[in-house]
Amino acid sequence: MANNKLNKADIIFSPYSVEPYEILKNTMQKDKTFVVNELIESGLKGRGGAGFLTGLKWKFFAAENNEEKYVICNADEGEPGTFKDRKLLVEVPRKVISGMAIAAWIGNAKHGIIYLRAEYKYLIPELKKELAIFDEYSKKFGLTFSIEIFNGAGAYVCGEETALIESMEGKRGEPRNKPPFPIQNGFLGKPTLVNNVETFASATMVCRYGSTEYKTYGTKDQRGSKLFSISGDSPKEGVHELELGMKISDFVNEFGDGDTKAVQIGGVAGFCIPRKEFETSIIGEGNTTGGATMLFNSTRSMYNVIHNYLDFFAEESCGQCTPCRVGTQQLLKGIEAVKSGEKPDTYLDELIKLSKTMKITSKCGLGQSVTNSFASIVKNFREEMLY
Amino acid sequence: MSTINLIIDGQTIEVEKGMTILDAAKKINVNIPTLCHHEDLCVAGNCRVCVVEVKGKDRLEASCATPAENGMEIFTNTAKVRNARKDIVSLLISEHNTQCTTCYRNTNCELQNLAAEYNVDGNKYLSVLKPNIKVDKSSWSIEKDDSKCIRCQRCVRTCAELQHVNALTAANKGHEMKISTFMDLPFNEVVCTNCGQCVNRCPTGALTERRYFNDVWDAIGDPTKHVVMNTAPSVRVALGEMFDYEIGTRVTGKMVTAMRKMGVDSVLDTDFAADLTIIEEGNELLTRLKAVLVDSNKEVKLPMITSCSPGWVKFIEHMFPNHLGHLSTCKSPQQMFGALTKTYYAQKKGIDPKNIVSVAIMPCAAKKYEANRPEMNSSGYRDIDAGLTTREFGLMIKQAGLNFKNLEDSKFDSIMGESTGAAVIFGATGGVMEAALRTAYAVVTGRSVPFENLNITAVRGTDGIRAASVKIEGCLPDWKFLEGANLNVAVAHGLKNARIIMDEIAAEKSPYHFIEVMGCPGGCIGGGGQPIPTNAEIRAKRTKAIYEEDMSKPIRMSHENPEIIKIYDEFLVKPLGHKSHELLHTHYRKRNRY
Repeated sequence: MANNKLNKADIIFSPYSVEPYEILKNTMQKDKTFVVNELIESGLKGRGGAGFLTGLKWKFFAAENNEEKYVICNADEGEPGTFKDRKLLVEVPRKVISGMAIAAWIGNAKHGIIYLRAEYKYLIPELKKELAIFDEYSKKFGLTFSIEIFNGAGAYVCGEETALIESMEGKRGEPRNKPPFPIQNGFLGKPTLVNNVETFASATMVCRYGSTEYKTYGTKDQRGSKLFSISGDSPKEGVHELELGMKISDFVNEFGDGDTKAVQIGGVAGFCIPRKEFETSIIGEGNTTGGATMLFNSTRSMYNVIHNYLDFFAEESCGQCTPCRVGTQQLLKGIEAVKSGEKPDTYLDELIKLSKTMKITSKCGLGQSVTNSFASIVKNFREEMLY
Repeated sequence: MSTINLIIDGQTIEVEKGMTILDAAKKINVNIPTLCHHEDLCVAGNCRVCVVEVKGKDRLEASCATPAENGMEIFTNTAKVRNARKDIVSLLISEHNTQCTTCYRNTNCELQNLAAEYNVDGNKYLSVLKPNIKVDKSSWSIEKDDSKCIRCQRCVRTCAELQHVNALTAANKGHEMKISTFMDLPFNEVVCTNCGQCVNRCPTGALTERRYFNDVWDAIGDPTKHVVMNTAPSVRVALGEMFDYEIGTRVTGKMVTAMRKMGVDSVLDTDFAADLTIIEEGNELLTRLKAVLVDSNKEVKLPMITSCSPGWVKFIEHMFPNHLGHLSTCKSPQQMFGALTKTYYAQKKGIDPKNIVSVAIMPCAAKKYEANRPEMNSSGYRDIDAGLTTREFGLMIKQAGLNFKNLEDSKFDSIMGESTGAAVIFGATGGVMEAALRTAYAVVTGRSVPFENLNITAVRGTDGIRAASVKIEGCLPDWKFLEGANLNVAVAHGLKNARIIMDEIAAEKSPYHFIEVMGCPGGCIGGGGQPIPTNAEIRAKRTKAIYEEDMSKPIRMSHENPEIIKIYDEFLVKPLGHKSHELLHTHYRKRNRY
């Protein structure tokens, strides 16, 4: 059940009042199994968008018996409309690094890598300073774990964990077949834990507050707080930390400009919620989100919006699998053809069907999620698509 | 091996753990369509036509890439599956040049088959075929037409995994994604070895061999020209596949008749030149052994490596340019044959060599390139005027209106039509080695190799690299320096394995004296110019036929071929003699890696 109101949280960006890496130090004095169970109990889910139970993932990672294991922090942050990971890395890097270190401690991993989005190259000098400080503390704590930075090359698909790994191995950024999953067979064929920047920071906070307190935030399905990158027609653009489970209407009242006609939740790979559903839709339920939230007011053409998204997908598909490579082109050309009158209105229904085929047949989340925004925009704003 | 149980379309089956859903389904005769899948290659899972429904999952799974799991329940034939597959084929068609009727792969195209099976409506989606795609015809051997490419990456995986050449790669992303060469350079400027393995694995007409059969028809139709055709050993065990024969059927006699009926003036056998290669190469090996072992000549390189496979030759020129001294200087049988056609044959038949057109029917794409190497004109004329693949040859037979199955058997013409069992086995990996050992052992000891029926089984088989050691005892007086020596030999096929052999040589750790390398997996029977499809099972059947052909021959050692004895008497004088060096030997050149 949702709490039906907008609660602003202050967990992740709460002041770091303690000594550096004190949470890490305290956590390492506990039992590993206890910590994993705490994470599972907290209900924390991956903050990249897919929403897998973080504690469970760490448990699987810990169960892998291998001398060489990797903890990777996915800071590719390529989803259009998201910029919260950058803020985390700039403002609370120690919470992120602590999360990685706790994961490494639980999973007996020695190597950590921050996969940094190409455009965030400028963050490297500051991050390196932080990592040097971390090295001192980890030595003090008797933790054999060091973290490197890998700068990506700019492909959207490399935010997908297996494409990210391929890219780190010097190959084309193309998603792999799953199974095997990175937990068993990841970077260089070794067990690899990949989590989003915010997931690591949140895990640190679970360790700090304990599951009981953490669970008091959010709803049954979505525990804790979540960072939202808010953009578009909003007077309050920026990163906001909110409890999960708010109604869209509450959200719009807080962040909209009074004329909001649609909210895009979860970036271009997410859903577009029209005004008529603001009262009934709840963020975080049935629309797992990475937190990229765009507001559109009545001056915006939703045709232009979806055209823009499709343009992006057709370019950022890695191109290896048929439904995604060709499907994205067909959707783009298709709405253009309907708009120009070359194809009848009913062609939109064909295109929605095609987007559903893409959802069930594409190799990775990119092609699978195109239908989210496509179907929701074309269905809800059909009149804007027509000739 | 542990097993698991799963249910496919209501039928419970037990399969080995780790088997894919695709292979499990095959076991109960359920065919799942595929495009990017090829059993020689690693799993790609990128075309997505093999999707199936797994109980409890909303998304379909690519059966080629998904391991079967215990208790899984699979549905391969539901409306959801059929609609998805049809949609995917429709999408592929929408980015495809659908001028099927004029495509070289018409009627032998995997995309076309699926489009027919699923009765795809070509107008369902808008065309997203890129305009103005130019066909790359820069190579002597291979043509690349991106307008017919479905991006399955079989060629990329072939070039990388099987051949370690990496001339082809996926480039760009999204709608710009395509299969490209280094810096998008034309095929003739990259490391491509012309092996044609990519051509053989291409499901569509995107990669094809460059065709020369129209030139050959022109020559046949020209009364002033004397057309001499010779056929490689492995063609006779694969050609039948183009005429619905069971795989592995020997069609030597019908093949000869077909050429004659096509209007070819003289129907000869590359096998003759294979026997000749054994004499020249065998003597070269013995000479090198003497130079190294007795005279301590540092200029002479061991191990010596065979040079009959032109894909392999170009590979070593690109990849190991500092080790060309290990290559035998012998031309390949094709080129020896061509050089003799324009000299010995011309003299004996009293024909002006300028009017002779020599055509080679080969299992190979690289033979086209080899025929066009500038140095291959030692008689003053091109050794070989045209090199055709088995596939082109089959097409010519069809164009000629011949009912192949009803043709009578006939024999090759003379001269240069006689051959031995040792020559036939050139068509399979290990064959050159076996033929060479049969002759070399006999030359050195005066006795036959100590193997039952002359079958040196140690060098046969399908392992990528096979090694053997032959102890030489009871040498004739001329060869006393070899007494008691162990001749270490190795056989490698597929350029991936050739690289392993060469890495050993480059590290000066090679234990061998003599190595046979064939560029293609399985040797020529698996060549890039052979009928499509080619896979492990088909290669095994063609190989079996090759060894049957060997056993059927009355003479099975090259030096006993009467025409070979005669050509040395009448023309060449002696192995490695002046004439041989002029006509039958060649040199190599260093090439770049890019």
